[in-house]
Amino acid sequence: MAIVEARGLGKSFRVADKQPGLGGTLRHFFARRLKDIPAVRDVSFSIEPGEVVGFLGANGAGKTTTLKMLTGLIEPSAGAVEVAGFRPFRRQASFLRTITLVMGQKQQLIWDLPPLDSLRVNAAVYGIPEAEARRRIEELAEMLELGEELRRPVRKLSLGQRMKAELLAALLHRPSVLFLDEPTLGLDVNAQVRVREFLADYNRRTGATVLLTSHYMGDITALCQRVLLIHQGRLFYDGSLQELTQRLAPYREVCCDLAGPYPPEAFAGFDELESLIGQRLRLLVSREQLTATLSRLLSSFPVLDLEVNDPPVEEIIGRLFREGTVG
Amino acid sequence: MGRYLRSLGAFWSSSLAMELEYPLNALIELLSVLGNLAGSVVVLALFYGRGHGLGGWSWDEALVVLGIYTLLDGFTSTLLQPNLGAIVNHVRTGSLDFVLLKPIDSQFWLSARSFSPWGLPGVLAGLALIGLATRWAGASPALPTLLGAGLLLLCSALILYSLWFVLAATSIWFVKVWNATEVLRSTLVAGRFPVSAYPPALRTLFTLVLPVAFLTTVPAEAILGRATPPWVLASLGMALLSLTLSRALWRHALRYYTSASS
Repeated sequence: MAIVEARGLGKSFRVADKQPGLGGTLRHFFARRLKDIPAVRDVSFSIEPGEVVGFLGANGAGKTTTLKMLTGLIEPSAGAVEVAGFRPFRRQASFLRTITLVMGQKQQLIWDLPPLDSLRVNAAVYGIPEAEARRRIEELAEMLELGEELRRPVRKLSLGQRMKAELLAALLHRPSVLFLDEPTLGLDVNAQVRVREFLADYNRRTGATVLLTSHYMGDITALCQRVLLIHQGRLFYDGSLQELTQRLAPYREVCCDLAGPYPPEAFAGFDELESLIGQRLRLLVSREQLTATLSRLLSSFPVLDLEVNDPPVEEIIGRLFREGTVG
Repeated sequence: MGRYLRSLGAFWSSSLAMELEYPLNALIELLSVLGNLAGSVVVLALFYGRGHGLGGWSWDEALVVLGIYTLLDGFTSTLLQPNLGAIVNHVRTGSLDFVLLKPIDSQFWLSARSFSPWGLPGVLAGLALIGLATRWAGASPALPTLLGAGLLLLCSALILYSLWFVLAATSIWFVKVWNATEVLRSTLVAGRFPVSAYPPALRTLFTLVLPVAFLTTVPAEAILGRATPPWVLASLGMALLSLTLSRALWRHALRYYTSASS
C-alpha cells in the first residue's frame, strides 16, 4: 500500500500579466489582465512506507508547489493526491498529526525565545503530555546533538543549530511522513552532513517516509535510493539514484585560473567549455575524457590553479535536458 | 477543549516571556494610556464646561462611555493588535504555512497566539473609570444589571474582534492591508463619546455600518440601568452575526491562499 500517491497532479496559478513601464502599469491598473501559469503538470508517482525519496529539479521546476499540494497547503487544480489515506487539502487534524513539513527558508521557531519555548507550544498544540514531550525532546536532542542551545534565544543560534532545532520542532509529534524542502539550504558542509546523518538515522529508527528536495547532490546521494526529477512542472524521471547517476556522473566540473587573458577562440579545441570569465575557465568534462582533457589543458595554457568537482545539480540537469537524454 | 486551554497557556506564557525581553515598553505604554485618557477627559470637559451637553448625557454618564472605550482600547492592545496585526505578516512571508499545518483551528491560533501585557494598564484604567463614573452618576447597579452589562461588553469585544479579523483576513487577497486596520482603529475613536452626540447621519453610520454604537454606548446604557430590550437583542445579534461572518470569510479566504514564495 503506497503511503503517498499522486495521480495526474497539476496546479496552475493565476498571475497578473503586466507590461513594464508607466503605460503598462496604468493599463494594468484599469484593466487587469490575468493568465494561468501552469506550475505542475500531470505528475504521477507513488511512494511506499519507509522510502526516502529525493525530489530534484531546478528553481521554479515545481518541486515546492508539489510539496505544498502533498501537505495540503494548496489545492491541486487537476488530478488527485492521497497521503497516508487522507486527502491533504482537507487538512483534517488526524492527517496533520501524521505529517510534517520543514522548509529551509522559513522558520517556525520564535525568534526572540529559546527553542524550548516553541517546543512547549508545539507540545500543547499536538496534545502531547508534558512528561512525554520532555522525553521526546531529550531523545531527539541527543540524536541531533543539541544541548544547551535549546535554552538560548533562537536569534543567537548559528544557522546549523537553528536548522537542527527546527527539525526537532517539526518531529516532536512523531510524524510518519516527512516533507523536507531544502532542509540543508545555506548550511556549511559540516552542518549539512550532520543533518543528513540525522535524517538517515531517523528513517532507520522510526521507519518514517521521507520526501526531500535539495539543491545539493550530496544530500540526495547520501540519503535517497530513489529520485524524482521534475522539469518545467513535468515529471521527467522516476527511478533509482544509481541509474540516474550513471547518466549524470559522466560529467565533472573543471575550474581553472589561467596566468593571463585569452580570447575565447583560443579554446576552440575544447568543446566542453562552459564559460570563460576573465581568466577563470569552466569546463564540464565527461569522466572518460577527464585525464586527456586535463593534460591537454595543462600543456596548452599556463594554469595557476585547478579544481575538479561534481557539478551542481542544476547544471547537470540543465545539460541533461539540453541533450535530450532524459524524457 | 483541554488541548485548546493548554495551548492558550503555552501561547500566552511564551508571549509574556517574549514581551518581558523589552521592559521599557511597559513604561511607554503606561504613559501613553494616561496621556490618551487625560486628553479625552479634557475634550469632554470642554463640551460640558461651556454648558453644552453631549446628546442628553450628563458629564458622569459620558465618563462611563469613555471608560468603556478605554477598556476596549486596552483589549485591542492586549490581544487584537498583536495577533490580528501579525496575520498580514504571516501571509506576506508565508509563515502562515506552519499555522495551517498544525492540528488546531487556524483562526484560534491566529487570534490567540500572542498576548501583550502592555494593554493591561488600559484595561485597568478603563475598569476604574467605569466604576467611579457609575457611582458619580448616582447609579448603583445590582448584580443582574452588572451581569447584563458584562454580557454586552463581551458582545462589543466580539464585534470589535470580528471586524478586525475580517479586515486582516482580506490580506490573503490583497496582502497589504496595514492601512485598512489603521483606518478601523481611528474610526473606532468615535466610540469615546455617546453615539447620540453625533449628527443623525453619523449616528446611523455608527450603528448600522460601523457598529460603534454597540461597542461603547449600548454597554454604558446597560451599566446605568437604561438598557432597552431591542438594543440588547440587537447587540447580541450583531455579535453573533459578525462572528459567524468572520469565520465564514476566513474559511473562504483559505481556498485562495497560495503560500508565498518557495
